[in-house]
Amino acid sequence: MSQSNGTAQKGRTLKFHILRFDPQLKGDKPRMETFEIEEQDSMTIFIGLNEIRKKYDASLQFDFVCRAGICGSCGMVINGRPDLACRTLTNTFPDGEITLLPLPAFELIGDLSVDTGKFMRNMSERMENWIHEEPDAEPRKLTVLEEKMDPDVATEIYELDRCIECGCCVSACGTARMRKDFLGAVGFMHVARFEMDPRDKRTDEDWYDLIGDDDGVFGCMSLMGCEDNCPKDLPHQNRIAYLRRKMVSAGT
Amino acid sequence: MASTAEGMKSLLEDRVVKSKWPARLDLAQSLSGLGLGLFMWTHLILVSSILFGKDAMLAITHVMEASFLTPDEAGGYTLIPALTAVGVFGLFIVHACLAMRKFPSDWKAHKTFRSQMAMMNHSDTNGWYTQVVTGFIMFFLGSVHLYIMATQADKIGPQLSADRMWTYGMWPLYLILLFAVEMHGAIGMYRLAIKWGVFDGKDPRATRKRLKVLKTLVTVFFLSLGLASLAAYVKIGIENVENNRVGERYVAGQEG
Repeated sequence: MSQSNGTAQKGRTLKFHILRFDPQLKGDKPRMETFEIEEQDSMTIFIGLNEIRKKYDASLQFDFVCRAGICGSCGMVINGRPDLACRTLTNTFPDGEITLLPLPAFELIGDLSVDTGKFMRNMSERMENWIHEEPDAEPRKLTVLEEKMDPDVATEIYELDRCIECGCCVSACGTARMRKDFLGAVGFMHVARFEMDPRDKRTDEDWYDLIGDDDGVFGCMSLMGCEDNCPKDLPHQNRIAYLRRKMVSAGT
Repeated sequence: MASTAEGMKSLLEDRVVKSKWPARLDLAQSLSGLGLGLFMWTHLILVSSILFGKDAMLAITHVMEASFLTPDEAGGYTLIPALTAVGVFGLFIVHACLAMRKFPSDWKAHKTFRSQMAMMNHSDTNGWYTQVVTGFIMFFLGSVHLYIMATQADKIGPQLSADRMWTYGMWPLYLILLFAVEMHGAIGMYRLAIKWGVFDGKDPRATRKRLKVLKTLVTVFFLSLGLASLAAYVKIGIENVENNRVGERYVAGQEG
């Protein structure tokens, strides 16, 4: 434990209980390990993890890139709630006890590191997350400006485009945990985004083909884990309800 | 050969054309749940008329039996409550079949869901599990109640219902059923509102908070009403035994 200087107040001791397991290592078994560090001002879980890696165990695995809640790499279960390590302050836990688990529903790489990439790529390909023009449309001329978009529509699209694919919504979803093929809220946010985009010419029937079953929007049981655990506060509740209404009218 | 070709054709169509059934089933699950939920709330309010006395309950019974259509306005058409029970039983079975699709499919799925609940301690996730458990309880207890109502609709009344509770030992079933129905129903109605976004308005999150409070209030109200009514019937049932009046039909104005 580091010693505080004479003037600054000594930080409290934080106890990090971390799940350790390396599936690549033969014979390794999942176990919890506890590390004690001194809390610093404005300390995040991410900073704490770096401290642990520096001070105690360089083999501790966790993901990060941006450290600013933009890349979506550092999602993990923090005291039972899926969240971003870089955006969670240690002072939000009054007793200083912090339990960290890897995000469930994703393939474990090791310790707190999971492979969300494989899931997200699969989801993107399944939902064809790109603008679809009319099948017989002329190829777009890149030298011609796009048509102007209504600013309100652009704002709404941007709101959904803030998704960073961190995977917290999927890990927070009891349905996704039980049913491997369930699309998950991240997929619905992307569908809602493209459905709203006037440049995307997919019809309701096209969308129904993608999400009109129990692996799609009808599989959602409205458990609201996504809504309550999205680090970016995306409007899951409202958008999934919208998609459900839309798909029911397309399907009945 | 022809049937094989037909079979292949339908297999091919299944692959090419997305079935409309998931949409219909999802809507049917919600609508059947809505129908049952509204019925149950109305049902409990009508049943609780016993809290205003035997005459009040008898009056309600007569209205439900459309006795105002009978020549002397005394008895009624007990076929009406019997057919209502049959109809509700049908809706109940449809809803159970549709809701079962969402149950954990095997032990592993169940275990995973339980571990998710333990990890998150998230009220809406826990609420869904409560619905699974209460739904499962209702498969059995609800069926017993509905069968009795469908076959013995003529034995509904302030004294005969009370005898059923006490002398014929149904009160433990009704007690468990009351908790199962009210919890399942209130959570279900809340979930319906969220699922379809019917009351979302400008601020869906604020709406959800209000709906959660409403859900708790509704649960407490109907549980209290149900417990009080159950106690009232049991009390009458005990009195009937003491006064040697078990099986006697109550006549309007009999007790002042």
